[in-house]
Amino acid sequence: MRVVIAEDHALLRDGLTRLLKAFAFDVVEVVDNGPDLLPTLIARKPDVAVIDVRLPPTFTDEGLQAAIAARAAVPGLPVLVLSQHVEPLYARELLGDRRGGVGYLLKDRVSDVAQFIDAVRQVAGGGTVMDPEVVGRLLDRSRPLDVLTGREREVLGEMAAGRSNAAIAGRLFVTEKAVSKHINNIFMKLGLSPDGDDNRRVLAVLAYLNA
Amino acid sequence: METRDWIRDGLRSVGGGILAIGLAITNIPLFVFFVLAIALTPVWGLGFVLLPLVTTLIRARANLFRRMSGWYGVPIPSPYRPAPSTGLAVGWRRYKWILTDPATWRDFAWLLPGAVIGLVLGVASLAIPIYGVEGIVLLPLWIWLGTGWYGYGVIWPIRSVNEGLMSLPQGALILAIGLAAAPQLRRVDGLFGRLLLAPTRNAELRLRVDQLTVTRADTVDAQAAELRRIERDLHDGTQARLASLGMTIGLAEELITSDPATARQLMAEAREVSTTALVELRHLVRGIHPPVLAERGLDGAVRALALNLRTPTSVDSALTGRLATPVESAAYFAVAEALANVTVHSGATFAYVSIRQDGELLHLEVGDDGRGGADPGRGTGLRGIERRLAAFDGTMTLSSPRGGPTIVTMELPCALSSPKTMLSSGTD
Repeated sequence: MRVVIAEDHALLRDGLTRLLKAFAFDVVEVVDNGPDLLPTLIARKPDVAVIDVRLPPTFTDEGLQAAIAARAAVPGLPVLVLSQHVEPLYARELLGDRRGGVGYLLKDRVSDVAQFIDAVRQVAGGGTVMDPEVVGRLLDRSRPLDVLTGREREVLGEMAAGRSNAAIAGRLFVTEKAVSKHINNIFMKLGLSPDGDDNRRVLAVLAYLNA
Repeated sequence: METRDWIRDGLRSVGGGILAIGLAITNIPLFVFFVLAIALTPVWGLGFVLLPLVTTLIRARANLFRRMSGWYGVPIPSPYRPAPSTGLAVGWRRYKWILTDPATWRDFAWLLPGAVIGLVLGVASLAIPIYGVEGIVLLPLWIWLGTGWYGYGVIWPIRSVNEGLMSLPQGALILAIGLAAAPQLRRVDGLFGRLLLAPTRNAELRLRVDQLTVTRADTVDAQAAELRRIERDLHDGTQARLASLGMTIGLAEELITSDPATARQLMAEAREVSTTALVELRHLVRGIHPPVLAERGLDGAVRALALNLRTPTSVDSALTGRLATPVESAAYFAVAEALANVTVHSGATFAYVSIRQDGELLHLEVGDDGRGGADPGRGTGLRGIERRLAAFDGTMTLSSPRGGPTIVTMELPCALSSPKTMLSSGTD
């Protein structure tokens, strides 16, 4: 699997490269600044890009902007955005094109290597992985989601974190069948048509983020 | 030594008196010009051009008077409102600005009385010493001429050589009195001028507000920049290192069974990163508020700072007790910045810091024997010191001739700043 890494901090850049290589990813290019990122993403079209939000020269949100721009140029280009802090606002912007293949995680998550690698693979496979912090921050104050039952909201939160039905079932101690029933209820209650082209899981998460 | 100082002051004041005579005379044409400029306003609006011009001259004259009074211990602050930022040097806008500033009219009111007082006092401060000199110089003449057509001092006319001899002590005494009185006469001139040329209470408060507005904006800017710097340092330093630490440990965890050698190496790396993170954090903390400053106050913190410098630095501190924390911190960082400049730019072999408290004023002096030529306009460091101190009504002056030595003198009030008391007592 071909990966592009964008990270300005040398220590983290080397660590990420080493980590991904250890799990048999093919790191095709490493970028350490904002301006180089977009052309690289468009030229390389990696299977997944791991991007730091804040990059030189402005040290603002150049990484995020490049990720969004790259997905506009190459629809559905999988990007996993890493940051020292997460903002639901940024998550919403990333998901704004209503396609999957988006991840948004705290850098802290990298220390759980197995889960991080899993997240990279999920994003590469078109899934959506939101940091538990984003999910958690919205869980309490999501009034428009009042139509959902408590259990359904839990399931939606797990879904936003990028978990598969099986994983959700495992975490909530219910059967996979029960999970898929909850998910169907969620789709129905949020008015997501069962036969649309759009990635329904992404839309559900988006509804969740917009809540 | 003391006598010499006293004579020097006297001679200088006599010189000041002569200058004052000349300048006092210029008041008269200035007065006439001003009246003309006002009177000619209806004539094709000539006043719109003339008044700004003549006012510039009057203000230059008044400012010179204010400066000179300062030399004799009567400092007079400048009272003028800030000029309109846009528009021409002449014209209606200027005209209005000049006419609505009470300081313009107070200057005008001073011109004639100021000229009279200046002339009288100037002539007096010149005439008394000259008369004294006359007594001394003319003595040989009396002995030679011995005629009775002229007198000196209390003896009038002088009829004999013996009486002529008496002019010597008298002349010496009068000269001494003249020299002693000259600075006092200058002071009186200054005190009279101050009645009209100093800012009124209103103007003083307005100037104070202007100054506070500027320093407050500077302070807020400086603080915001400081917070941003701290955020950056934490984000790029400690946070990044801890994230990488987690990553390294995580990878080691994965490899511990399959590849224990690499895992061990990763753990060693992790330990190193954690040490670096701590060091960085410590530096950051020191940049926010040095622990030694919290523990030992300004005195101890500056001594600790001096020990860490490459340039040998002596610290001479006569502080008793602790200062208010904000003042302490501002003073510390100002000294630290000045010393950093010494090490980086001056090429000095020796530097010193002197700290002393004089009533409610804290004096700080940082000097070195380096190459000099420091320019506050060029670097941001010195400007930073100024801003830091300005927040507390403190000031910085720099003396750095090319070739050195460089001396940075900083003063800041160490009791809480005056405006509070000014406002609460300013009910009159």
